Amino acid sequence: MLRFILMRLGKAAIILIAILTLNFFLIHAAPGDPAAVMAGEAGAADAKFIAQLREQFGLDKPLLTQLGIYLKGVLQFDLGFSYRQQMPVADLILDRLPATLLLTMTAFVISLVLGTLAGVLASARVGKWSDTAISTLALLFYATPLYWAALMAVLLFSVYFNWLPGFGYETVGANYTGLRRALDIGQHLILPATTLGLFFMAVYMRMTRASMLEVSQLDFVKTARAKGLKPGIIQRRHIFRNAMLPVVTLAGLQAGQLVGGAVLTETVFAWPGIGRLMFEALAQRDYNLLLGVFFVSAAMVLLFNLITDILYRFVDPRIRVA
Amino acid sequence: MTEPVLKIRNLKIALPEGADRDFAVNDVSYDLHAGEILCIVGESGSGKSMSANAAMGLLPDLVRPVGGEILFEGMDLLKLSETEMMDLRGKKIAMIFQEPMSALNPLMRVEDQIAEVFEAHGLLTPKERAARAIELLTEVGIPDPEKAARAYPFQLSGGQRQRVMIAMALALEPRMLIADEPTTALDVTTQAQILELIRNLQEKHGMAVMFITHDFGVVAEIADRVAVMQYGKIVEAGTADEVLDNPQHEYTQKLIAAIPKLAAEAGEETAGKTPILEVEGLNKTYVTGGGLLFSKPRIVHAVNDVNLTLSEGETLGIVGESGSGKSSVGRCLVRLMQPDSGTVKLAGHDMAQLSGEALREARKSIQMIFQDPYASLNPRSKVGRIIAEGPMAHGVSKQEAYARAVKLLELVDLDALAIDRYPHEFSGGQRQRIGIARALALEPRVIIADEAVSALDVSIQAQVLDLLAELKERLNLALIFITHDLRVAAQICDRIAVMQKGRVVEMGPAHAIFNNPQSDYTRTLIEAIPGREKELAAAG
Repeated sequence: MLRFILMRLGKAAIILIAILTLNFFLIHAAPGDPAAVMAGEAGAADAKFIAQLREQFGLDKPLLTQLGIYLKGVLQFDLGFSYRQQMPVADLILDRLPATLLLTMTAFVISLVLGTLAGVLASARVGKWSDTAISTLALLFYATPLYWAALMAVLLFSVYFNWLPGFGYETVGANYTGLRRALDIGQHLILPATTLGLFFMAVYMRMTRASMLEVSQLDFVKTARAKGLKPGIIQRRHIFRNAMLPVVTLAGLQAGQLVGGAVLTETVFAWPGIGRLMFEALAQRDYNLLLGVFFVSAAMVLLFNLITDILYRFVDPRIRVA
Repeated sequence: MTEPVLKIRNLKIALPEGADRDFAVNDVSYDLHAGEILCIVGESGSGKSMSANAAMGLLPDLVRPVGGEILFEGMDLLKLSETEMMDLRGKKIAMIFQEPMSALNPLMRVEDQIAEVFEAHGLLTPKERAARAIELLTEVGIPDPEKAARAYPFQLSGGQRQRVMIAMALALEPRMLIADEPTTALDVTTQAQILELIRNLQEKHGMAVMFITHDFGVVAEIADRVAVMQYGKIVEAGTADEVLDNPQHEYTQKLIAAIPKLAAEAGEETAGKTPILEVEGLNKTYVTGGGLLFSKPRIVHAVNDVNLTLSEGETLGIVGESGSGKSSVGRCLVRLMQPDSGTVKLAGHDMAQLSGEALREARKSIQMIFQDPYASLNPRSKVGRIIAEGPMAHGVSKQEAYARAVKLLELVDLDALAIDRYPHEFSGGQRQRIGIARALALEPRVIIADEAVSALDVSIQAQVLDLLAELKERLNLALIFITHDLRVAAQICDRIAVMQKGRVVEMGPAHAIFNNPQSDYTRTLIEAIPGREKELAAAG
């Protein structure tokens, strides 16, 4: 097991460097020059000032040398310096990471738990009206564009009913502490997390329903019935456990997007997370910051892939032992 | 006589609308007594499993009993509530199934699956259940029961898994055991062991056993009484000897006549004939696992130094159990698989060394027929296209290829109109004929038939075998017939090669292999053929 993890980590490191290199060239291939943007904002767009900025940030060196310097930094856990924000990239990201993780993890848990539950319910009532209702709802969640759902949720729950706050991470200026603050953040969290989770909730529901129905046709379920087991036990122990295998794979995919997948939601709800940081970096041609965000989200994808594979070895003995 | 354990009276089970007939089981009555084994025999679709499933309350959703009664110890099972049935299942009536592979939950340890039987009926403590699980595994003859108890199903062989199923069924000493084709998916030697086990356990526990099978050989081995079913009705019933030795009903007679006889005739002498295919030193190794960084690979010698020759007009059988490497040999010969070493000389050219255009050209002369008539025809292609595709790929014009396809369909006794139909419109036997026509389309000199009749019912199997023999004669084909079924091999092969663990352990004329086997393994295989002793006794 340890060897398996070490091997996978080794592979992940190689993939990560490849991704970094690719991102580096892609960003530099895109039109736009950070020095020009900065000079323009400073109101001094003359050629000499721009050249000075370029030299200061090392942008005048050949591209390959720049890449070398960057990769060397990354190997020493130094993601570079954001000249726009005048802060180390790593600090900027670490500063925003908790808010993003709180949002995406909540969305993850909501979608996984509710989606699976709805799927199990629908499969147990297949063909009845509750199955139709759940499936239709899932289709709706699946098809609704995220930003539209987000805007509608804000309109309905915060503007019209005034039940929940519609934007931000916490109430500005309230200066809550302790439990009161946690509750405040929790209230702010409900709308963005639920909207963000809708799509995957629908996917989990459909996957669980289909998988439960498929597994319930398999021979070992008949064996279980032939033993005289009660339907509830058959459902939980025999059908559900086997039906969860594809859902675990899917959950791994979603978990990989925990860092990078919330750009839209964070923008609509003014959530101070990585997604918005990335959006700003993109607009400002902040190369180092952008690369840093890409690096962290790629690392996250690889990490969750690994976790999924390890988890798979626990739920499926065939993979563990073979 | 004592009161029967199970009394089925005028049972009618309806099929959903749109099925090929109204009733899966139509007015069926029979008795099952304690201490006897009743075989219910029939081909696929005869409804042979239906009354058993009805007795268990495990019929498929859309199929339901509409008349008659199933009396078990005086109670009508059709009138019991689901809760009452749950109490009976596993405790009074137990069941084992055909596919030991899929009948066990892949994610649960064996001991837990056995313990569940006690749990379902609220018996014993968890600790006692685990101890009983090991006792039961010991009773069904699993080597190292402690280890098997901790194992997951995929770590056991097919025969061991079926033993686990039997252990589970025996757990609560049921009065009746229903065995639905329990040995069909097993190798012949394993089948013989499982049949013996069922027989012994039945005698020891005095159970009533309902044994459902399509195989008359198995019937001869195990049955006390037999009921033959066709189209949902029992057409003949009686003691095993009565039915097997003196069948009264036409259908039973036909079925029994269709079973390939074991007695192989002395075939033609092939020495002196021109060899068309010469295989020398063929090797193929599978490596799984391993890969990047130090993990240990698993190496299997699927084909280990195999030498064969095939003469023009000859049928060579390659016989072996699953995992013996017989199919790998076939695949290497057609180069569907690249052998590691060795030569495959087809009319003088070494197939193993050819590539590109030369290989494509050579492949015309050696064609394959596959086992599964459902999976081996592209469901989205019409039959005409399936047959004409090969010749067209080799440059024959579309018109000519289709014209030839019509002739080929006639050759395999199918209607020429079949050309415009899709594979799903045909039965299994008809599909296999289409597969044969496809193989013949390229006018090959050698045909490799890989388990080509194994998925077919015995009466259909007989027809396809006759067809193959006739075509071989007419077109002067050489045939390699890969099979696990020694009866089939005995019927159609001139010579036979017996394979075990990748090696050919014995090769010779068919009659010599059957009448005077030299290797121990061949002897074991032949002795395990179900129904052999009865046949020998009948032959006197």
